[in-house]
Amino acid sequence: MIKHLKPAMILFVLLSVLTGFIYPAVVTVLAQIIFPEQANGSLLTDGKGKLTGSILIGQSFSSPKYFWGRPSATAPFAYNAGASSGSNLGPTNPALVDAVKARIETLKAADPKNEAPIPVDLITTSGSGLDPHISPAAANYQINRVAKARNLKPEKLHALVEAHTESRQLGFLGEPGVNVLKLNLALDNIH
Amino acid sequence: MTSNSFLQVAFYVITLLALAKPLGRYMANVYEDKSVGLNRLLAPVETSIYSLSGVNPKEEMRWTDYAIALLMFNLLGALAVFMLQRFQADLPFNPQNLSAVSPDSAFNTAASFATNTNWQGYGGETTMSYLTQMLGLTVQNFVSAATGMAVLVALIRGFIRRNSDSIGNFWVDLTRSTLYILMPLSLILALLLVGQGVVQTFSAYHTVPLVESVSYEQPKLGADGQALQDADGKPVMESVEAKEQIIAVGPAASQVAIKQLGTNGGGFFNVNSAHPLENPTPLSNFLEMLSILLIPAALCYTFGVMVGDTRQGWAILAAMTIVLVSLIFIEVPAEQGGNPAFASLSIDQTTTSEMQAGGNMEGKETRFGITNSALWAVATTAASNGSVNSMHDSFTPIGGMIPMWLMQLGEVIFGGVGSGLYGMIMFAIVAVFVSGLMIGRTPEYLGKKIEAYEMKMAAITILIPPLVVLGGTALAVMVAIGKSSVFNPGAHGFSEVLYALSSAGNNNGSAFGGLSANTPFYNTLLGIAMLFSRFWLTVPVLAIAGSLAAKKIVPVGMGTLPTHTPLFVALLIGVVLMVGALTFLPALALGPVVEHLQMIHAK
Repeated sequence: MIKHLKPAMILFVLLSVLTGFIYPAVVTVLAQIIFPEQANGSLLTDGKGKLTGSILIGQSFSSPKYFWGRPSATAPFAYNAGASSGSNLGPTNPALVDAVKARIETLKAADPKNEAPIPVDLITTSGSGLDPHISPAAANYQINRVAKARNLKPEKLHALVEAHTESRQLGFLGEPGVNVLKLNLALDNIH
Repeated sequence: MTSNSFLQVAFYVITLLALAKPLGRYMANVYEDKSVGLNRLLAPVETSIYSLSGVNPKEEMRWTDYAIALLMFNLLGALAVFMLQRFQADLPFNPQNLSAVSPDSAFNTAASFATNTNWQGYGGETTMSYLTQMLGLTVQNFVSAATGMAVLVALIRGFIRRNSDSIGNFWVDLTRSTLYILMPLSLILALLLVGQGVVQTFSAYHTVPLVESVSYEQPKLGADGQALQDADGKPVMESVEAKEQIIAVGPAASQVAIKQLGTNGGGFFNVNSAHPLENPTPLSNFLEMLSILLIPAALCYTFGVMVGDTRQGWAILAAMTIVLVSLIFIEVPAEQGGNPAFASLSIDQTTTSEMQAGGNMEGKETRFGITNSALWAVATTAASNGSVNSMHDSFTPIGGMIPMWLMQLGEVIFGGVGSGLYGMIMFAIVAVFVSGLMIGRTPEYLGKKIEAYEMKMAAITILIPPLVVLGGTALAVMVAIGKSSVFNPGAHGFSEVLYALSSAGNNNGSAFGGLSANTPFYNTLLGIAMLFSRFWLTVPVLAIAGSLAAKKIVPVGMGTLPTHTPLFVALLIGVVLMVGALTFLPALALGPVVEHLQMIHAK
């Protein structure tokens, strides 16, 4: 029994140094040299070098003149990237249906003439609460509202959405999506 | 399922199987102490580790010594993780000034990471300092995985040795697994993930201005810091405007790589691999998902090489793959089917391949859609990984039942690194015994006679997890303190508890996240469940290894049941499913089955 204690303790310390200090340090140094942008959070800056967000982290939009992203369940406010969280609402929980109904009403109130069924990703919360994307269908659904609020031609927005649609990676992996923050920043730059 | 869905599933399974042989061969070389190329670079490190810790790598251990060394090492690891959490506020690498973790939560997390479970009662970015994540959690990700691999290798030696009283040296198996297998693979994967956008930095969290500010309500605090209450005793709310967003970052990639490869599963962030900075793109998702099953699949081939008959390894891999693929084709359609409760609302849940994924998107990320969320859920619970890229609590009843059942099968469909295969070998021992009874042949497996002692030990390893899962669930739903943590109402609430115990009692670590498990009751119950299920299995497996090593090898004869044939594969699957189905169907009927019936009949 006792004869195993010494190797157990020393080996634990050595392997801790190796896997808990040296390994993460080597990864950090290599990552910062090879992929500095990605390693630091894919941050966006404006012309003057000021931070304006991360391309991978969604933001909350509620004004009709912006495209809206996925609903978010983070607390205390939507898209809090300091505390990621999903809703964890089960499929048969009445609270889920209530929340979805309220979201449908908000969408309809902002665009009363739109009778089309709403793409499901636009009324359900994402897993992380920080999803940067919506489906192309969810972007198209919002084009008329945004066009009206900004006095732009819908065709122009169609082209913009299309330009911001990311197709499947390598042609077949994942799902197509539109990065909402990128799209909205491009919208603000139209004028 | 769409044709793209088929394509993605097929690409995943084929890539996995294609990599099993080369990696399996490499690992066999590592354990057989042959040259593997890397040891030209790392052999000096290995040698100095042994000389500094006073280990003689040539010294062989009896199974009892092997077990004591293993338990002692894992106990030390758990203690270290506990201490780091308790004192992190006073230690360096804590840029967010996170405070000490509560004792019950720290115990739970220490048990969780030392047992390769990685159940998480806490939210990573709001709880753990960078130091705790690296020196506590990342270290355990490596050594708990290496421990599982060591036990497997010791068991394999039991089959190949004859008249021997030893099964190898734990320190050597542990060190070689870490140094030559887990570290190099993790380094490569971590850098690939950073390339896709996973963060890797020691800087503090970033604060960025929002394009559009968000207003929300929060309880108003009085001068004493307590929430103010109005005359009716309700909290007074005030409207606040958030103009900035805090973006949590950290040394994530290095930890994510090993948590996927070592079937650990403990995320750097609260929402695990659903977080865009932990799993940013479909390609990062593919790599992380591949890593979940990579080593467990390859170890089957390693097993075949080491016992001198690769067909034995392929047979076990075939059994695992058949169950995995069958369940994928139940899981994906279940989630693609969407939520019937939305049918009467103005919602489009249909999939139009290039426009939207459709289906049950609650708790799922747009970039992964249905296929990759469902595929991940099956892979992560087939293996005892437990990382998630979508919220299992929001899955459809059938979609949530498949992952739960995969855990309840004992984590032997791929399972944990090492532990999955040694668990499956226990089922193989039962399978040869059962078939021996049926046809009147003496049970033997890989040339070793299976006798009463081996059967008793195998039975213990197969019966302990169901006992922990069902006993723990029964306890939790009987007491008020257990029921008060339930989040969703009705049958789904029972599923939350059953899922938690299934996860802890089989060292998986995934969760129905609605359950508030960070309470003294669940932290303690689940912590004990994890410790039981890990070490009460490890020790009997090592006992079998010791007993088998001491036996002579029986030559193959007329009476030998071949264990590499399709017939044996079917028999093995049959035993696994039979035990899993008979034990858990009643409990599953109370949870997901009831909920499914309610869901399809509700209008």
